[in-house]
Amino acid sequence: MKLSQLNPGERGTIVAFTDLEMSVKLMEMGCLPGEMVEVERFAPLGDPIAIRVAGYQLCLRKNEASVIIIS
Amino acid sequence: MASPIKIALVGNPNTGKSTLFNLLTGLNQKIGNFPGITVDKKVGFCKLNPTLQAEVIDLPGTYSLYPKSRDESIVFQVLADTHNSSHPDIIVVIADATNLRRNLLLYSQVADLQIPVLLVLNMMDMAKKEGINVNIDKLSERLGVQVVGISARSKTGLDQLKQAIANTTTLATQVKGADMNMLAAEAIHEVKELVHTDNDYLALQLLHQHEHLESYTHQYEQFEHIERSHHFESSKLQAAETIARYRYLSTVLSGVIEDTGAAKKFVFSDKIDSVLTNRFWGFFIFLGILLFVFNAIFSWAAYPMELIEESFVWLTAFGHAHLPAGMLTDLMLDGVVAGLGGIVIFIPQIAILFAFISILEDTGYMARVTFMMDKIMRKFGLSGRSVVPMIGSLACAVPSIMSARTIENWKDRIITIMISPLVSCSARLPVYTLLISLIIPNQKVFGFISMQALALMGMYLISILAAMTVAFVMNFLIKAKEKSYFIMELPVYRMPRWKNVIFTMYDKAKTFVFEAGKVIIAISIVLWVMASYGPSDRFQKIEQKYTQLEIKKDSTQVSTIERDKAAEKLENSYAGILGHTIEPVIRPLGYDWKIGIALITSFAAREAFVGTMATIYSVDNGAENTGTIRQKMSVATNAHTGLPLFTFATGFSLMLFYAFAMQCMSTVAVVYRETKTWKWPAIQLAYMTGLAYVASLIAYQLLK
Repeated sequence: MKLSQLNPGERGTIVAFTDLEMSVKLMEMGCLPGEMVEVERFAPLGDPIAIRVAGYQLCLRKNEASVIIIS
Repeated sequence: MASPIKIALVGNPNTGKSTLFNLLTGLNQKIGNFPGITVDKKVGFCKLNPTLQAEVIDLPGTYSLYPKSRDESIVFQVLADTHNSSHPDIIVVIADATNLRRNLLLYSQVADLQIPVLLVLNMMDMAKKEGINVNIDKLSERLGVQVVGISARSKTGLDQLKQAIANTTTLATQVKGADMNMLAAEAIHEVKELVHTDNDYLALQLLHQHEHLESYTHQYEQFEHIERSHHFESSKLQAAETIARYRYLSTVLSGVIEDTGAAKKFVFSDKIDSVLTNRFWGFFIFLGILLFVFNAIFSWAAYPMELIEESFVWLTAFGHAHLPAGMLTDLMLDGVVAGLGGIVIFIPQIAILFAFISILEDTGYMARVTFMMDKIMRKFGLSGRSVVPMIGSLACAVPSIMSARTIENWKDRIITIMISPLVSCSARLPVYTLLISLIIPNQKVFGFISMQALALMGMYLISILAAMTVAFVMNFLIKAKEKSYFIMELPVYRMPRWKNVIFTMYDKAKTFVFEAGKVIIAISIVLWVMASYGPSDRFQKIEQKYTQLEIKKDSTQVSTIERDKAAEKLENSYAGILGHTIEPVIRPLGYDWKIGIALITSFAAREAFVGTMATIYSVDNGAENTGTIRQKMSVATNAHTGLPLFTFATGFSLMLFYAFAMQCMSTVAVVYRETKTWKWPAIQLAYMTGLAYVASLIAYQLLK
C-alpha cells in the first residue's frame, strides 16, 4: 500500500521506496524503512499532505507520498 | 593576540543555528559573499576568552552533505576543500536535541571529513519538557568529541560552549563511524591515490561531487574515468550510505536517549494547525493577516513619517534662512537634503514590513503558508516554495531572488526569479503612498478600515495577480529539466524571538539606507545639477527676459515673476529637455515632462521617484520651497489643460507603471548573477517594461 492512500489520522510502517533518487532525500529527512508514519492532515486544497515521522512533521505532495510503500 | 581561529556552524534547518550565531557574535557580524557564487556568507567575531578570538561562519542549513539546492552545495564546498578561503579550523555541528537521530546523520558525515569537530545539542530545555533525556557524557564518549548541551533561546550553556570551542584540539579526535570503504572500495582506493589522501569518506564524496570543488576541476577527466571503470552509481550509493549511517547511529544512541513522550511537543502545535490550516478558514486567516500587515504599514508608520517629513521641511527652511545663499547651499539643501529626506522617510514602513515578515517566519506560520499554497502555485507553474520569495519580494526582490536558491527545481526557480520583481516591493511603497494620498480621499470604510489602506492592498493584489498570470504563461514557454518536488519540514509553532525581530528591522532599514541611499543621493545630486543648469544660450535669454520684466513691474509682483522664471528655467534645463524629448511617448499614459524626468531617474532605482519629484518641485517653486512634496504635487497643474495634473487617471496609470516596470538596476544585476546569463534579465526587462506601458496606457485611456 502507498502512503498517499492513507487518510488523516491513519498510520503505517515504511517498507520500501519506488524511486531511488527521492528515497535518498526522504531518508535524509528521517523517513526510514521500519519507521512509523502517520498522516496528520491534508492541506486545505487536499494536496500536499502533512505527515508525522521520526519525531517531527513533514509535508510532501501526494505524488511524492506515492513512492513510499507502507504496511 | 593570535589570529582568530575559524569556526563553521553547520546544522539541519530549524535547529536554531542562526539564533546561536547571533548569540555568539552579537551585532559584530557582516554579510558578504562566497567567492564566485552569490550565497550569502554570514561572518561574525566572538571572544571565546580574554586571549582567544574566533571568526564564526554561519553556513546554510542542510540535512546532508549531498546538496539538493545551490544554497546547500556551499556547505560541502567550504568543508571539503582545504583551499577554500572559508575552510574552518573547527566545525561546530548544531543538533536539535528533540530529534537527535536525524540531526546526527549530518554530524556523522561531517565528522568523517576528519576536521576537528564539536557537537552542540540545542533545545535541551524543550527536550526536557518533552521527557527526552540525553546522556551527554555517554554520547561524547561514544563519538569521541566534546558534546555541549545548550538552549539558544533561553541563552543557557553559552559560556560552556565557548570554553569547549577554546579547548578543542587541532587534531581531529572523532571516532570513525560507519565504514564507507565497503561502499565502493576500489574506486575509493583509486581516488585516494589520485588526490593523496588517506580519508575514505573524502574520497567517496569526491567521487560524488568533485565537479563542485574548484581545487579538483583540473582532475575532472581522471575522476570521470574512475567513475566509469567502476560503474559508480551516485544515487544508489547515497541511499546505501544513508542506511549504513542510520544503522550506526542507532547503536550510538542506544542507551543515550531516554524518551518518555516525544509526541508531547505536537499537542499545542496541532491545535494551532487545525485552525490556521483549516480547510475553510485557512485562506481567510491568511488574507486577514495580510490585510492587518498592510493596515499596520499605513497607520502605524503615519506618525513617525509625518515627523520625518516635517523635520526635513524645517531643516531646508532653516538652512535657506541661515546659510549664505549660493550654488553650494542650493545643492546641499535642494539636492542632498531633499534626496536624503526621500530616503529616511521610508524607514518606518520598511521596518514595520520586515518586523511582520520576520515574525511570520519565526513562528513557523510561513511554512504553513507554503504548505497551503502549494497546490494553487503549482497550477501557475510555481511551487509552494515560491511563496516565500514572493512574500519576500514585498520587501525587496533582490534578497528574494537570491532566496529562490532553496527551490531545487530549475524551472520552478527560473519562473520564480522571473516574476518576483513584479510583486510590489518596498521601493514602490513610497510611490504608492504618495500617489494614493493624492488621489484617494482619506476616509474610513465601516468606520475602521482606511480607504487608502484598501487602495494600497489593491495595488499589491494587482501586482501579485500579474505575477501569477506571467508565471502561468511562462509555464508553457519554458521546458522542464527535471522533476519538481516539495518535501519540507513543518517546524512546530513557537513564540517569535523579539530580539531577532528588532535585529531584522534594524538590519534591513540600515541596508536600505546605505545601499539604496547611495544610489538615491547620487541621483539626487545629478538631477539637481541637470534641473538647475541648461544650455547656456537658453538660460541667458531667460535671464535677460526676466531682468527686463523686473525693471518694468513694481515690487509687489516680483514673487510671481520669480516663480515663472524658475519654472521656465526648469523647462529649459538639461532635465527639462530630456523630459520634453520623451513626452510624446508618455503623453498617452497621462504624464507630462516632469513625470518623464522621474521615470528616467527611476530606471536605476524606482525609489528615486519621490526624491526626484521633491527635487523637481523644490527647484520649480524657486524661492518659496517650503511645504511638503505632497502639497507641492497636489497643486501641480497640467501645462496643456491647466487642470490639476494628478487626477485619478494619471495617478492610477502612474501607479500601474511603477507596479509593472523593471526599474531596478540591482534586480537586473542579481538576476544575471543568479542565472549566469544575460538572457533572463533581458527577457525580464523587456516583458516588464512592455507590460507596464500597455497597462498604464489602457488604464489612462479608459479612466480619463
